[in-house]
Amino acid sequence: MGKGVKKPFTEVIKANIGDAHAMGQRPITFFRQVLALCSYPELLEDNKFPEDAKKRARRILDACGGHSIGAYSASQGIECIRQDVACYIERRDGGIPSNPDNIYLSTGASDAIVTILKLLVCGEGRDRTGVMISIPQYPLYSAALADLGAVQISYYLDEDNCWSLNSAELGRALNEAKQRCKPRVLCIINPGNPTGQVQSRQCIEDVIRFAKEEHLFLMADEVYQDNVYAEGCKFHSFKKVLFEMGPEYSSTVEMASFHSTSKCYMGECGFRGGYMEVINMDPEVKAQLTKLVSVRLCPPVPGQALLDLVVNPPQPNEPSYTSFMKERTAVLAALAEKARLTEEIFNTVPGITCNPVQGAMYTFPRITLPQKAIDKAKADGVVPDMFYCMKLLEEEGICLVPGSGFGQREGTFHFRMTILPPTEKLKVVLQKIRDFHSRFTSEFS
Amino acid sequence: MIVCQLQITKMSSMQEVNLRVLGIRDPGSLQGLAARITEQISQGEQKPFQKVIDVSSGDPHRAGMPPLSFTRQVLAACLYPELLKENRFPSDVRQRAQKLLGACNGGSVGSYSASSCGIPHIQKSVAEFITRRDSGVASDPENIIFSSGSQRTLMMVLHLLSSGQGLTQTAVLTPLPCPHSLPMLLDEVGVKQVPYQLLEEHCWATDLEELHRALKAARGHCEPRAIYISNPGNPTGHVQDLKTIQEVIRFAASERLILLVEEVYQDSVFGQEKKFLSYKKVLFEMGSSYSEMVEMVSFHSISAGTMGECGLRGGYMEVVNMDPLVKNFLVSMQAPCSPPVLPQLALEIMVNPPSPGDASYEVYTQEILQRVETLSQNAQRACEFLNDVPGMSCQHAMGGVFLYPRLHLPVQIIEEAEMSGLQADVLYCQKLLEEEGVCLGPGSENGHDDKNYHIRLCVSAPPAVLEDVLKRLRLFHLRIQDRHH
Repeated sequence: MGKGVKKPFTEVIKANIGDAHAMGQRPITFFRQVLALCSYPELLEDNKFPEDAKKRARRILDACGGHSIGAYSASQGIECIRQDVACYIERRDGGIPSNPDNIYLSTGASDAIVTILKLLVCGEGRDRTGVMISIPQYPLYSAALADLGAVQISYYLDEDNCWSLNSAELGRALNEAKQRCKPRVLCIINPGNPTGQVQSRQCIEDVIRFAKEEHLFLMADEVYQDNVYAEGCKFHSFKKVLFEMGPEYSSTVEMASFHSTSKCYMGECGFRGGYMEVINMDPEVKAQLTKLVSVRLCPPVPGQALLDLVVNPPQPNEPSYTSFMKERTAVLAALAEKARLTEEIFNTVPGITCNPVQGAMYTFPRITLPQKAIDKAKADGVVPDMFYCMKLLEEEGICLVPGSGFGQREGTFHFRMTILPPTEKLKVVLQKIRDFHSRFTSEFS
Repeated sequence: MIVCQLQITKMSSMQEVNLRVLGIRDPGSLQGLAARITEQISQGEQKPFQKVIDVSSGDPHRAGMPPLSFTRQVLAACLYPELLKENRFPSDVRQRAQKLLGACNGGSVGSYSASSCGIPHIQKSVAEFITRRDSGVASDPENIIFSSGSQRTLMMVLHLLSSGQGLTQTAVLTPLPCPHSLPMLLDEVGVKQVPYQLLEEHCWATDLEELHRALKAARGHCEPRAIYISNPGNPTGHVQDLKTIQEVIRFAASERLILLVEEVYQDSVFGQEKKFLSYKKVLFEMGSSYSEMVEMVSFHSISAGTMGECGLRGGYMEVVNMDPLVKNFLVSMQAPCSPPVLPQLALEIMVNPPSPGDASYEVYTQEILQRVETLSQNAQRACEFLNDVPGMSCQHAMGGVFLYPRLHLPVQIIEEAEMSGLQADVLYCQKLLEEEGVCLGPGSENGHDDKNYHIRLCVSAPPAVLEDVLKRLRLFHLRIQDRHH
């Protein structure tokens, strides 16, 4: 299009990547003010910046070598930031203690996830570490497992039950896997990517019980923890539930939970800020983890600073509180509205079934494809849902990700769409997909 | 009596940790000690010094060097574009910030880069920089891959190279001394280190015969597949001349080794009549039998001497003559994520600084010149000073940010170290830290783990700080010689 080639549409709408800012979401003013102050401390003299922003900037800079965000930090992350993260976790989890020594700052959650997987992969042949991951899943996991030579153990989420986790299914997957590997890790994404499901408390307890019984290390990817929209849904942190299940569980089940600055209401993917909290890890193993993270020197300091602000936002008595809360609420409310709208419109389309978008930033509707389309795709050497998405891109300029990229039950097809485009644009996208789907169905019947 | 044992099966234990991770050597303990001492001072404990001065890493900001103003102004404006609305910053700062924001998705530094290799506009700027630097030898933006620091870019390449075990284990020829962060990195990717000794008495030059010797000794025990070069040298400060670079390239070509060339300090060359020559430029000037055949990856980052933005974590690699299928792997390694944005912006400024006529040109050029001058003067001053200390000798540095003096250690220190299970130079550095509050790097971290004791110190620091470090080092060194007589 940039070269003047005519298309049946005027712009390509990218609803394929969970990048909020790329789709026009505005950053949180307070965060960017503090980061600007950290970057160019001369601005601390500027009275256009509020006092609470300056206070935080000074505190961060005091914790940096030479008072500069350009100095290396300790490899586990700046200490006062780890302390702030621990405090955040304690507040979030109703007072359950969090030890800063168990907090590792990282280059986004992905870095921490890969680090833990790397730590735990061992054995040869049938003793090789097996890692349970959900289908559908965020492809980082399958890629990391392939790269590390770990064995992937797929467990299916229950599409008919809002993509919830099911212990029976976990059991089935595990038992089948025991013949070919040594299952050791269970990964959960909650709220889910790409499915958007927010696991119920009961579900989380079941998973924890299962992990204990089967001696599995739990990895709880909770980067969407603020993105919860549906009525009756609530984010329950794995750690909180674990500790509320009593010492029989809270002192034995090993776990790592992950969070980052990329999603929620911040959407700051480009900063690569994140952390993990490790629970009940053998101290010697933890020492190995600490050693492993030191090889990479340290996580980017701006990301660490941003994370500090996320876990330590303006308080009610501070000057920036009102505008901060206004911005935060607006972002989350817009996402909630778009989630609702998406489910509503997609469910009016014959051939598209959409589970409620309970949380996260995506919808993963199931599409019914006519047999002729499936045959044509196969003849072209392309997976059917990829064929569908390619046509959608060519005819409507809308970019989605085929469900095959995330995994799905054999014989089913899906696509993942983000709910990030601005509301008006999203409405247009939803209508176009609706129209495209009927056209596509007619064309191939 | 029968004792029943209740066995609580832990979910993870040392037996279940990745062997590769177990095999990574332990990091130095000095950073931890420095942090503890700093904490003690802040708690009010009395020490013979006010604060810890850490010059063990190439971290100029930590040592007190300020960042470059233009860079930080542009970054601030990109972070908080409200600043563009007023005349707070010079016009070229505003223009650059606007241009860079325009190159970011959604006009925000918070979005992912358009490609997992980095922001296309900046890949282009880097390619243009390289072409200019190398007097017209073209650089293709498609061959530029960004990541969060040269530690990571190097790791990506090594990870692809790494294979085999025992006799078939991939090995890399590495200089002795090498950058202190390198050995752990090689451990993590499972690549064996094959050291080639640099010639201390010739200012740490690279010796072709030694390269041959090291390679020959290694073959049959492992699979040497690459040679790593640090130029300007970290920690040696040596800047290779044309002849050396040509010899190394010829060696790599005939022995079919991939060249891994770390050139992070290319902007910090100050030795008399010394000039930085990029391996790429020399390669291309050697004619097509080399320039079309030799596989090479060169590394650069914003941790560079003059910019010193180590904490931002930004760097790039340029791949030359890499098999396209292999390059595809490299390019997709960071997907679905992408490298952090802010350091890419800083990198763009580094390779594309203000031009003559721009509002910030004079200040920027002044600041750069000042840094190089300070570095040059510091290196000279420190070298002379240390050579005057009995029991120390130091080669002149021509570039880079480190000095790497040799030490004579009293027998008692060596014995005490042995008894504590420490390297003698580590014990020396520990005592120096405890008694004088100065943190230097032990040469054992750079590979000198025999009786050939060295220490490294970063001389990219305010001159007053360096003076303090030198004074304390000298006092300490003489004291321990006396103590043990």
